[in-house]
Amino acid sequence: MAKMTMVQAINLALKQEMEKDDRVIVLGEDVGRDGGVFRVTDGLIDQFGEDRSLDTPLAEAAIVGMSIGMAVYGLRPVCEMQFSGFSYLAFHQIECHVARLRMRSQGMCQVPMVIRAPYGGGIRALEHHSESREAYYAHTPGLKMVIPSGPRNARALLVSAIRDPDPVIFYEPKFLYRAFREEVPEEEETMPLGKPQKVREGKDLTLISYGAMMRATLEAAEALKEEDGVETEVIDLLTISPLDHGLLTESVEKTGRAVIVHEAPRSFGPGAEIVARLVEKSFFYLEAPIARVTGFDVHIPLFSREKMYLPGKERIIRAARKVLNT
Amino acid sequence: MPRKKLDLSLTVEHLSILNEKGELDKDLEPDIPEDLLLKLYRFMVLGRKFDERLISLQRQGRIGTFAPISGQEASQLGAVAPLQASDWFVPSFRETAAEIWRGRSMESVILAFGGYSDGALVGKEGEEEEPKNNMPVAVPVSSQIPHAVGIGWGMKYRKKEDVVMTFFGDGGTSEGDFHEGMNFAGVYQCPVVFVCQNNQWAISVPRKKQTRSETLAQKALAYGMPGIQVDGNDVLAVYSAAKEAVERARKGDGPSMIECVTYRLQMHTTADDPKRYRKEEEVEEWKKRDPIKRFQKYLKDKGLLSDEKIEELDGKIQEEIKSAVERAEKLMKDFTDPLQMFDHAYAELPPYLKEQREELAEEIEATGQKAQGKKEEKEEE
Repeated sequence: MAKMTMVQAINLALKQEMEKDDRVIVLGEDVGRDGGVFRVTDGLIDQFGEDRSLDTPLAEAAIVGMSIGMAVYGLRPVCEMQFSGFSYLAFHQIECHVARLRMRSQGMCQVPMVIRAPYGGGIRALEHHSESREAYYAHTPGLKMVIPSGPRNARALLVSAIRDPDPVIFYEPKFLYRAFREEVPEEEETMPLGKPQKVREGKDLTLISYGAMMRATLEAAEALKEEDGVETEVIDLLTISPLDHGLLTESVEKTGRAVIVHEAPRSFGPGAEIVARLVEKSFFYLEAPIARVTGFDVHIPLFSREKMYLPGKERIIRAARKVLNT
Repeated sequence: MPRKKLDLSLTVEHLSILNEKGELDKDLEPDIPEDLLLKLYRFMVLGRKFDERLISLQRQGRIGTFAPISGQEASQLGAVAPLQASDWFVPSFRETAAEIWRGRSMESVILAFGGYSDGALVGKEGEEEEPKNNMPVAVPVSSQIPHAVGIGWGMKYRKKEDVVMTFFGDGGTSEGDFHEGMNFAGVYQCPVVFVCQNNQWAISVPRKKQTRSETLAQKALAYGMPGIQVDGNDVLAVYSAAKEAVERARKGDGPSMIECVTYRLQMHTTADDPKRYRKEEEVEEWKKRDPIKRFQKYLKDKGLLSDEKIEELDGKIQEEIKSAVERAEKLMKDFTDPLQMFDHAYAELPPYLKEQREELAEEIEATGQKAQGKKEEKEEE
């Protein structure tokens, strides 16, 4: 097994799916010759040609709209929004058509497409390049919202997303693009969409997170073990929507305590939905109020202050201790 | 260095073959087989009468809001007529006659405007509905245009000799999706025919307030494709321009745009009152340019139609519409299961949606409510 960054792992997923299936087409701004601004699509144009790796004109709505047409026609487009902060220029296409065509046509038209977009802070970027707005898409019925947390699951989830009969918004934590390497098998690997994963076993507290925040969450879990002797269970959502709460309630019914971590703003964020489900399903098992460690309800500040905006290990530990001591 | 004029050789033609009096320009007369001429006439009349029927159904509260097409029969039917079944059709929401031409059942239309999404699966009487190369209606203005480009791109990628035709209005040319879609089609040379139904009004905003451009067709030139303006109430002109554009696309010579100059004789939808924003005299002027009347005269002059035949055909069409309305209203009574709303949420229903479906099922069980809308109202009457 080769050790890969997330960029390389996503590239592997695209390359292998394109080799396997000539319906898979990659399109977006600078995804061809330049290989994408993060090099995620590097080399695809050389191997598959301009017909399968399209450098599009600069127009997000048409990139998504054209992908809809391709998907309805029987292809499997994987389009890229260069930054998730630019996906709003295609928002009406996603909301009005990507999410609705199945229902509108009662299944006669299907839209098996993937919209990839790097999201999140931590890379000292310009405005519009750092936000975390997965709630927009998770709130929209008909879409699947997937966020990987490492090279290996990024690769496996993207393969599943490409093969899925429903449209998938695939947010890539750009902070993790080159942050670490993982063993990624050369042979095919998929992961089911809609299934959170338990990544650490524990009995005292449940930490729930996803995407770029998984690293800080796991570091906090380790510190809590070392410093406080607390056994923390950690769950990686992987799919934000449709949210399967089975594993979450099971865990919280065991630990009685939960902290949810995400970098998206707190109010009406994914954490709010998770808290609601835990309260609805597992209220009588709760030993303490559930805490949320999240971005604040302001726009992520320009990069000189973004570190203090983003949840980190210390903030998670503080929240966890509070919940543990209640 | 003095400024110099760039010779871009950009021109926009206007085409008219059958004028408003029904007089023919013999030199431009297209060679259309008799059966196709009669089929066009039949669908134009059907389009008009179906429109009138739907407006009356809406007024009686038997269906919901509906967008009429009256006045635009020639400009949409003349456009789709050169398409083949393997070609794709991407409508907006004011192409009912063209949709029926492309195989959508009248029942499906009535059911949709009656508030039943089930209509998407209802074919003609005795026919199982199968997926056709038609997209469903798109309500957000011009948002369907990039879809046509994607379909056209797919045809080119698959090396098919097929064509995709998409429709939008004069108001739609102000939307970003129109410009983005036209631009993409030009860049990728997709086999797309863009048909603009310039019906002079975007709800209450007249064409001249929509754009300073003298024509809408000229917008095509900016995207490197030919644009032509035609008399949209002249079915021969629309057909000729469409046939040329379809053949161009089929040969691999890329996209083109047709501006059909026509008129919306009715309201934008049954929910608005055109008297608030336009003069009745204007409507009267356009009624003189009725596309059906002049085509009728042309067919009579050709000896293909007689008063007798016209009357006979009118009767047949009314019968067809009547039985479609009856069947659709019968189907409305069958489509009573509210749980149907969950049927096409995703390819496979996720666990939490199964829970929500169960929640509604329990409510129905507990309260004895079976269906909402149509059936109950009818029973109360």
